[in-house]
Amino acid sequence: MKGKKYLLALILLLTMTVFLAACNTDDSDSSTPDSGNTDSGTETDNKTTDDTTSSTPQVLVFGRGADSVSLDPGIVTDGESFKVTQNLFETLLNFGEKDTTIHPGLAKEWVVSDDGLTYTFTLQEGVKFHDGTDFNADAVIKNVNRWKGGTEDDFYYFNSMFKAEGADIITDVKADGDYTVIFTLSRPQAPFLKNLAMSPFGIASPTAFEAAGDKFGDNPVGTGPFKFTDWKRNDSITIEKNPDYWQQGLPKLDKVIFRSIPDNSARLNALTAGDIDLADGVNPSDGKTVEGNAELQLIERPSMNIGYLGLTSTRAPFDNKLVRQAVNYAIDKQAIVDAFFEGRAQVAANPMPPSISGYNEAIEPYPYDPEKAKSLLAEAGYDGKEIELWAMPVPRPYMPDGAKVAEVIQKNLEDVGMKSKIVSFEWATYLDKAKNGEADAFMLGWTGDNGDADNFIYTLLDKDNIGSNNYSYYSNDEVHDLLIKAQSETDENVRIDLYKKAQEIIHEDAPWVPLAHSTPLLAAKAGVKGFQPHPTGSDKLDNVSIE
Amino acid sequence: MLHYIGKRLLHLIPVLLGMTFIVFLIIRAIPGDPAQVILGQQATAEAIAALRNKLGLDNPWYIQYFEYLKGIVTGDLGDSLRTRQPITTEVWPYLAATFELAFFAIFLAVILGVNAGIISAWFQNSWFDYLAMVIALIGVSMPIFWLGLMEQWVFSINLGWLPTSGRENVRDPVTAITHFYLLDTLMQGRFDQFVVVLKHLFLPGIALATIPTAIIARMTRASMLEVMRSDFVRTARAKGQKMYKVVYKHALKNALIPVLTVIGLQTGMLLGGAILTETIFSWPGVGRYIYEAIGFRDYPVIQSGILIVAFLFVMINLIVDILYTVIDSRIKYN
Repeated sequence: MKGKKYLLALILLLTMTVFLAACNTDDSDSSTPDSGNTDSGTETDNKTTDDTTSSTPQVLVFGRGADSVSLDPGIVTDGESFKVTQNLFETLLNFGEKDTTIHPGLAKEWVVSDDGLTYTFTLQEGVKFHDGTDFNADAVIKNVNRWKGGTEDDFYYFNSMFKAEGADIITDVKADGDYTVIFTLSRPQAPFLKNLAMSPFGIASPTAFEAAGDKFGDNPVGTGPFKFTDWKRNDSITIEKNPDYWQQGLPKLDKVIFRSIPDNSARLNALTAGDIDLADGVNPSDGKTVEGNAELQLIERPSMNIGYLGLTSTRAPFDNKLVRQAVNYAIDKQAIVDAFFEGRAQVAANPMPPSISGYNEAIEPYPYDPEKAKSLLAEAGYDGKEIELWAMPVPRPYMPDGAKVAEVIQKNLEDVGMKSKIVSFEWATYLDKAKNGEADAFMLGWTGDNGDADNFIYTLLDKDNIGSNNYSYYSNDEVHDLLIKAQSETDENVRIDLYKKAQEIIHEDAPWVPLAHSTPLLAAKAGVKGFQPHPTGSDKLDNVSIE
Repeated sequence: MLHYIGKRLLHLIPVLLGMTFIVFLIIRAIPGDPAQVILGQQATAEAIAALRNKLGLDNPWYIQYFEYLKGIVTGDLGDSLRTRQPITTEVWPYLAATFELAFFAIFLAVILGVNAGIISAWFQNSWFDYLAMVIALIGVSMPIFWLGLMEQWVFSINLGWLPTSGRENVRDPVTAITHFYLLDTLMQGRFDQFVVVLKHLFLPGIALATIPTAIIARMTRASMLEVMRSDFVRTARAKGQKMYKVVYKHALKNALIPVLTVIGLQTGMLLGGAILTETIFSWPGVGRYIYEAIGFRDYPVIQSGILIVAFLFVMINLIVDILYTVIDSRIKYN
């Protein structure tokens, strides 16, 4: 009997523990009134707090997949870092809300000389950095000189965008009065303005970066709508409203907290449970769940990416153009898009998405035609040798489930008589080995940086980038000449023609099987208003509010 | 006793030295270049070479190794290649987060596991015994990822009792002093925050405790069964001692040695092996710190992280060995 009593006591204890955990019904999101951080206004799913909304601070919790590396936009290369710096810093020029057209930013006007070598920017007046430093021509010059003075491993993007053959494209930058800056270029650069609008070229407070040195990334100071508050590594980054922001009425939020939640499903769970307000990186397969939940809204990011199957053109059998074309005919791209992107993607025809200026609409994707593939393989004299098919080990917006897509491709190839073995490596190893040309066929993708054709075609398929981003080792001199010419061509129409021509040749040479341009998904609470996802992946949050 | 502890600590040196060497070699054997990973997909060959030079990665491996050892001796674990921060300052918040979670989990595991084991042994072949052992079997084989997501679905989304992830309510963040949030909130008199932090511990704590609970329960049961068949228990029972007194006072003490060993081992495992739990519950702990460092080929962080975890593992074993003497006075280390 005693034993039974003990057992009963234990069960009671357990029940009480669960009950105690449960009875504290004001969920962890509520805070004490004296903390100064009361923010029940964000609890949009809780109707009882609605009447306090207007008086409480507006706080947005943004859930994303990983933490930032640094908050100094000049030195980082990862998208997660830019998601935060985009709201702390401003660039001379801005991209459009939904596209990569050019709009005024910290520079309100600009004039380009006829030879395309001189750019004169008129700056906004009365703008201050978060530390009180004045924004003026001098600040811009100090920033540009900081970038120019560093090596590629210090300021990677500056060197990548504004250097050619080791020499600066921006040869000189000088002031003409307090609010005019003149850039002089060594040669015309067609995407110059688009490059300047990229997140890495956010203008930082010279006082702050001169004082902080290497530590600037921990204490970023810009002119943006939000100021940096706090960073708990691998956990959360908090930024708060800049009360002196130069654009009237903005930002609408008082505070934004970026939380890292690595697993996509766990992140969606956090959103559904109300722990976060906005979730980046929603699996395509979860899209319907979100749409079916009245308390949530599904948000589609405009597509600016390409997912592809690269065919290393220096390795047999893909050193033969006919084999590469055969593989293009063999793969059922529409079926892949329907099955793994839940239809939220467009079958790709070219190595860049249609939203990019210079896209060749006349080119159709290779149709799914196994018979044609077989005859091409026969014509090529393919010996039936098994190939390695590399499957991406990580989900990316352009490839949500590499392993499963690889299985479909394997089946497609088998149907036309090409045997393949699926292999995969840990991600860093995968990239490294593919870069060394060790793969036969490999899955990979790309999200554009600045919305320019050069950033896709030249970066991914020019012979200059073999050993860098040209993983398929594709080399065609004619394409190279067209792309180099397009880089310094300032007449937009001529440029478009050059890129269209390059796409024709690439389509014929078939170094890739372009698979899809996906629409990355996000989800938010129904009350989140004004969020405009940007195709580059760096979102400005100044217009966001919570109802 | 002090002599013994001193000797054990001295033995630690060759063990850890061996560890550093093995880890150092393994890390360099994996393909993937940190310079490449830091600079991203777009980097040029020259930039990579320059960065390798700056990071000292183009030195011969033995020079790199000795540089690393020299650093350890002077208390410098180097800088993270990714964040460029000194590891000694960077690692503490992660370690504290893992400690807090691991100790909470092991606390749960010990309370539940030891008691379930005792009751199962006590009522051998009863329904409770069968049920507990079936649950223990499921517990050992449960995929943590699945369990974690299910916990979130049940306790956070449907019941709304507990938060899904993280260590704190980010809207009302804890001001870190020691980085042990339970302690920090108490030190600041923020009892409301203490409750919030405690609630954040539950789901990852249960996920992490599942396997140790099962193992401890099975070990306790086996050990208890053995002890309860022994003469002194029979004598105690024959003398008319109350059953719970026999079990908890006489039998348990004697059954505890192997259980303690398992607890020690499991605690060590939790400190280093909580990566899955930390990922699913976005817990900013040392497991994820090391895991992400591997993705970035952040050599100094991987090396130091593993070294720290190995050190803790060995220290826990030492503590367990010392506890043996406390529990069983027959055990002496001289």
